Amino acid sequence: MSFYLAAVLQALCLGPLVLGVYLTMKVFRFPDITADGSYTLGAVVTAIGLVNGWSLWWCIPLVVLSGAIAGICSAWIHNRIKVNLLLAGILVMTALYSVNLSILGRSNVPLLQYGTLFNWLTVFRTSDSNTLIIVTCILCLLISFMTYLLRTDFGLAMRATGDNEQMLRALGVNTARMKWIGLAIANGLVALSGSLIAQFQGFADVNMGIGVMITGLGSVMIAESVVLLFGIKRIAFVLLAVISGMVLFQLILAFSLSLGINPVMLKLVTALIVLLAVSIPQLRVYGKRF
Amino acid sequence: MLSVKGLHKSYGKLEILKGVDFEVKQGEIVSIVGASGAGKSTLLHIIGALDKADAGKVVVNGKDIHRMDAKELSDFRNKHIGFIFQFHHLLPEFTAVENVCMPAFIAGKSKKETEVRAMELLTLLGVEQRASHKPEALSGGEQQRVAIARALMNNPAIVLADEPSGNLDSENAAALHQLFVDLRDKLHQTFVIVTHNEELARISDRTVLMKDGLIVLD
Repeated sequence: MSFYLAAVLQALCLGPLVLGVYLTMKVFRFPDITADGSYTLGAVVTAIGLVNGWSLWWCIPLVVLSGAIAGICSAWIHNRIKVNLLLAGILVMTALYSVNLSILGRSNVPLLQYGTLFNWLTVFRTSDSNTLIIVTCILCLLISFMTYLLRTDFGLAMRATGDNEQMLRALGVNTARMKWIGLAIANGLVALSGSLIAQFQGFADVNMGIGVMITGLGSVMIAESVVLLFGIKRIAFVLLAVISGMVLFQLILAFSLSLGINPVMLKLVTALIVLLAVSIPQLRVYGKRF
Repeated sequence: MLSVKGLHKSYGKLEILKGVDFEVKQGEIVSIVGASGAGKSTLLHIIGALDKADAGKVVVNGKDIHRMDAKELSDFRNKHIGFIFQFHHLLPEFTAVENVCMPAFIAGKSKKETEVRAMELLTLLGVEQRASHKPEALSGGEQQRVAIARALMNNPAIVLADEPSGNLDSENAAALHQLFVDLRDKLHQTFVIVTHNEELARISDRTVLMKDGLIVLD
């Protein structure tokens, strides 16, 4: 059972990541690959902070800021040098590997002996329960923030930019500015996820971001199927579905491992789950036709 | 209302506009006609500050748009220009009334005031009963009427339309053309319309013919 609880906790720690991926995928309609680098950057900044005894009150905002700067770099390359957003993300992600390695000084830093966000609060006797309550509180705050943001005039313009950029320009929206801000928020969230995972797993590794974007994407796709299935329209519930998508994704992975699947094949299983999630809307159409 | 002088625009070595001059008065409906590739849409995009000219001057409502930075241009488009495209470009996740409200929300106007104005416009255009429907639930003619309501939301100085009836059947196209005349009469609204439609050109106050990047008949 604790095996599945660990999967749920990991999924919740990945919650901010999937909110960030949702923002770029569903709101701006493109996959921002910067996430693979900014996720690790969040973990690396956290590791450096904990090792050097920084207060978490300073460390967490710094993590979010570092991710936001990574996002701004991608937006800058796209807006100023007119490079395709996908390629801009790939370039920043690639550059961040060297940045992360330089900051961390080596490929892996253990964090088990340092005080983290999850052992800061001791409401419950078990550390898993403490982790659950802290990460749930963080996600509630983030969902509230994003729900509020996406319902403001600014948020409406942001959502509409993804719908039809040309029209939004014609309506007087500075779409370049929307991308600056959107990518900064998204990558700030992704970096926060990297930080939470590093604290939860007890280490930071320069390779921990590889494929994390795909995980986020898979969760958003699962959530999209749920949203379509139940006709969910309210933003807060959509965001909740997105987090639930990640929980479901991690539980499926945990279930696969419990069946005895070789961990070496885990990435293959991940890819197949994403493929299945992406296929569900198509399978629904196919099912209706026959 | 609109003054264009010596407008030049090239894409690489291809010269699209070769020195365009023309003026539009308040409350006029001006149709720009010409063969494909004559530079009509490019001219419209430059007038609407969606594109920049290489040389020349565009003054809309007393404002020289080429002196503006990106932020000022966005603000200018929002407050002074209304756009109607061949395809309605309504935002699929928002209802008709929300689509109409969008320019006012972007301008930071209050929700209550905006919604009242949006409903007035939808009523004026005869689609008020479709306010809460999403674009996919509207007919082609209704979609284009909602797009016109959106273009009028912020009381623009000028409405720029690029083949507005190009995607409609003849009956809906005729109704849309009459709508432009009605809006000109009721609101004294200025329209600059790029079209291939002879009927629309005929009912306009003026027709401007473009050929090879120049105005050859006004």
